Amino acid sequence: MFRNQYDTDVTTWSPAGRLFQVEYAMEAVKQGSAAIGLRSKTHVVLACVNKSNSELSSHQRKIFKVDDHIGVAIAGLTADGRVLSRYMRSECINYGYTYESPLPVGRLVVQLADKAQVCTQRSWKRPYGVGLLVAGLDESGAHLYYNCPSGNYFEYQAFAIGSRSQAAKTYLERKFENFTGSSRDELIKDALFAIRETLQGEKLTSTVCTVAVVGVGEAFNILDQATVQALINEFEISGEEGPTNESVAEEAGGESGGAATEEGGAATEQETAPMDI
Amino acid sequence: MPKEQANWSPYDNNGGTCVAIAGADYCVIAADTRMSTGYSILTRDYSKICKLADKSVMASSGFQADVKALQKVLASRHLIYQHQHNKQMSCPAMAQLLSNTLYYKRFFPYYAFNVLGGLDSEGKGCVFTYDAVGSYERVGYSAQGSGATLITPFLDNQLKSPSPLLLPAKDAVTPLSETEAIDLVKTCFSSATERDIYTGDKVEIVVLNADGIRREYEELRRD
Repeated sequence: MFRNQYDTDVTTWSPAGRLFQVEYAMEAVKQGSAAIGLRSKTHVVLACVNKSNSELSSHQRKIFKVDDHIGVAIAGLTADGRVLSRYMRSECINYGYTYESPLPVGRLVVQLADKAQVCTQRSWKRPYGVGLLVAGLDESGAHLYYNCPSGNYFEYQAFAIGSRSQAAKTYLERKFENFTGSSRDELIKDALFAIRETLQGEKLTSTVCTVAVVGVGEAFNILDQATVQALINEFEISGEEGPTNESVAEEAGGESGGAATEEGGAATEQETAPMDI
Repeated sequence: MPKEQANWSPYDNNGGTCVAIAGADYCVIAADTRMSTGYSILTRDYSKICKLADKSVMASSGFQADVKALQKVLASRHLIYQHQHNKQMSCPAMAQLLSNTLYYKRFFPYYAFNVLGGLDSEGKGCVFTYDAVGSYERVGYSAQGSGATLITPFLDNQLKSPSPLLLPAKDAVTPLSETEAIDLVKTCFSSATERDIYTGDKVEIVVLNADGIRREYEELRRD
């Protein structure tokens, strides 16, 4: 992708049938720090990398509780993410008020997608620059969805977004078939391994990552630092290796911004640009 | 031809009585469980008490449809507060919210007579009493509803501190223990049940203290 005469406005099509502003918005997601999600039959885990700008500042929150049964992890423009989380919370509260029951995750995700679509068809708006991993539980089971700035959404068994997410995706691709039967703790462990992949050799500690869980009998909650550190210590000390090292080296090129790398990815996911689905 | 008068009212009174007493480190909130309309009983087992937050419990008598709507609005507002502040609302904060919510409908009021009880930010018991449009005051004890006129003079006699103008000088009332307060509440309801037709069946007593929240029931006359 490069600057061209069709990319000034979101309401201008390119001759090839693309909306560049929307694609640029999806680039913004790729530039954000990584967020991953995975689900089993009964639980969904969200984890994200929390890098702060400097040692003096605190890190931005990237995981938000939307309701007892729904949580969201974001990557990209966190301000846009915060605003969308507020919208999601409000929708859940209003639905609960009217129907006295929790908002089904699939419904919320569609509303979110429709809201994002509006911004791709108004000349005075811009697309939201944030990708959302929506994790939730409802009557039909555990769900993990990914909402794009384009207004598309997909359901996943496991997914990763943000910078160097390809490394995490590769790890998840190898393991996803076992996730359905995983226990809550195994799922969290896999999430931490996936996060470690995106750190590309940096030490994984609970200060750089955040983990949240929602499951049957467990309301959405963000695990506190001490718990996360204890889990990390458990598998680091035991010297467990998540993935094998060769794949780590291969993916080092992974998610550098700029070039529209059409990484096809695995069976469970589709790449972002163009938006033809 | 005399002018036709409107004969439909949006309100109904479902009767019942609510009481709350604040202690040094506890709060007792009680309400009977009878729901009536006119001279008929709709049910003998309806709760007028609603937990709004960890440390705030509201009891409301009046038109129960409006009470239900009010409880739902407050619950939603509390959820929003929790998302924004990452903590539960304190009882004084909830008291102000309830007042604002009631006044919001100043020109089509919630027909609800409320009593809000809980623990304040210092852990001391607090009771707030309201009228239908949100005028409120923090007090040591209060009664609302059909039996309020029977109960309030009794509570005044038992709990009100003697006037400092009185001679010979009297001590301020000794602080009530939790069990004494619960006993007092049971006495209030038994007496009110005798003379108020809208009060009876059962009294639901909710006690809030540092250990948490608990609920008990006491049978009352069913006539």
